[in-house]
Amino acid sequence: MTPEYVSRRLLLLIPALFGISIFLFALLAAAPGDPFEELATNPAVPPEVRLALREKFGLDDPIWQRYLHWLVAIAQGDWGFSFVSRMDVDTLILQRLPTTLVVIGASQIVAIMVALPVGVLAATRPYSVFDQVANTLAFVGFSLPTFFTGLVFILVFSIQLDWLPFVYRADVPGSGWPWLWTHIKQSIMPVMVLGLFQGGALVRFVRSSVLDVIKLDYVTTARSKGIGERKVLTRHVVRTALIPVVTLIALQLPAVFSGALVTEQIFRVPGIGSLLIASMLANDTPVVMAVTFVSAILVVVFNLIADFLYASLDPRIAYR
Amino acid sequence: MSQPLLDIQGLRTWFKTDDGMVRAVDGVSMSIAAGETLAVVGESGCGKSVTARSVLKLLDMPPGRFEAGRILWQGRDLIPLPESEMNSIRAREVSMIFQEPMTSLNPVYSVGEQIAESLRLHEKLAPKAAMAAAVEMLRLVQIPNPDRRVHDYPHQFSGGMRQRAMIAMALACKPKLVIADEPTTALDVTIQAQILELLADMKSRFGMAIMLITHAMGVVAETAQRVVVMYAGKVVEEATVEELFGNPRHPYTQGLIRSIPRVDRSAVKQRLEQIPGTVPSLLNPPVGCRFAARCKFATDACRAAEPPLREVAPGHKAACIL
Repeated sequence: MTPEYVSRRLLLLIPALFGISIFLFALLAAAPGDPFEELATNPAVPPEVRLALREKFGLDDPIWQRYLHWLVAIAQGDWGFSFVSRMDVDTLILQRLPTTLVVIGASQIVAIMVALPVGVLAATRPYSVFDQVANTLAFVGFSLPTFFTGLVFILVFSIQLDWLPFVYRADVPGSGWPWLWTHIKQSIMPVMVLGLFQGGALVRFVRSSVLDVIKLDYVTTARSKGIGERKVLTRHVVRTALIPVVTLIALQLPAVFSGALVTEQIFRVPGIGSLLIASMLANDTPVVMAVTFVSAILVVVFNLIADFLYASLDPRIAYR
Repeated sequence: MSQPLLDIQGLRTWFKTDDGMVRAVDGVSMSIAAGETLAVVGESGCGKSVTARSVLKLLDMPPGRFEAGRILWQGRDLIPLPESEMNSIRAREVSMIFQEPMTSLNPVYSVGEQIAESLRLHEKLAPKAAMAAAVEMLRLVQIPNPDRRVHDYPHQFSGGMRQRAMIAMALACKPKLVIADEPTTALDVTIQAQILELLADMKSRFGMAIMLITHAMGVVAETAQRVVVMYAGKVVEEATVEELFGNPRHPYTQGLIRSIPRVDRSAVKQRLEQIPGTVPSLLNPPVGCRFAARCKFATDACRAAEPPLREVAPGHKAACIL
């Protein structure tokens, strides 16, 4: 991979993000709702105050002017000011983002760690009992929505067995190992719910990808070299079968974000998902804009990383 | 004659399908002496590739199954041998060259890594030494700039070069037998000749035996010493090349030889002869001679009982009552 290729791909991110921001901004501007709605119904606040506030935040300016205003601000690192929380949007997001990233990251790791061995094993024994069971569970896994499995998990593990807390607390007291243990315990359910949902689809994909490769001529060539079935599988089958899986994981990322949104609501995880929903309900446009834009950046960046990975995994892909 | 290198005796490799048992190889015997080139000829679906893959046990089992027979490698039967022992024979004693050079190499490893792989395993070479040996092998099969091309990936090689690389890979561990399963079928004519020449060259250098699977009679005449003609899962004729082309006994062999285009006849604008009909289904092979339905000499006796393979002249066997 040449440095020119990397830098050109990075430069291409700018117009992509530019387009996304225009679209998001227009969509939010077109949405009904007024961040100062509650002031309108509050008899203690005179209408002039509300109008002055709208004036101050430039809410009555034409949309292009507001967009330019936002663009200039974001270019200077100013993400805006939350109407509801009365604080800078970037501090708000920085408070919430780590939690979400930890939950999403851990769930992706769970998904991959489950899907890889299960998918490969299922493909090496197609239509065996193991394959049938794995397939059925995979179907169940990705057919059941996270809000359903989440509630089932809460019922079983929190209420029936009383093993895990079902409300996620960001401000766990203490430090050291007990602090970490509490964090792990409260993360288990959201991570599992999200991870198994992603893992279900991934199992099916890994299985079919491995099945595609295992029939190819070069696998027979590898067998004819007497390197043993395990090496044939790891070196010649899985290595090639994983290339499309990398793309799938990157393409699934937006779905992971929306899954995280729902999961965070269920388990009361104080991540950016719950921040987004709260802000939407409160018409807190700057926060909604910032959160959606941050997720867009993350998705675009991870797709780029997947492209780089893809190019380094598959020598047939030219780095031009 | 001393003990043959490979001695296949009454091999039956059948495949279980939804429609029933496909008798792909149905009682085949053949043997190869050390340093000999044996050609196995026959049209598509006659069981020649399955015979070849049975030797290294490279068939999916199930659906494949050895129903009967023995595959004696230097006197030892390979059929009951466990995988671990098969792996010490594969590449080191018997190696294989496949039909499709475009798909037989793994696209994500460099050509050198793929040649070095068996060297590292069987010859216990260190990675660097194995790569150096791979360069040498590429030089032997006449790849230009081998020390540079060894790091190339298969997609950077042309079809003919890939087949050269396959030959390099097959010969890397100096096996006693190379099974070449239609090594030239997927290549164009000029390259075909080069590859056959290369195989002959390698043979004179390393002295290994070659089992050449092909459907092209022209390839047989050029390279082999002895020929086995297969039809519908059975051996129908076996002879030396001179004997087979000079005095073919089985009507199927005669048909195959007459279907070779000949330069000296083309002036007459004669239509090339063909064998009418198609190969019978191997699900339910006919009683009697399997070629009877397409044979212009067939009699009731042919259709009643299967003619055994019998010696018609010293070293020449044919399965025909005529």
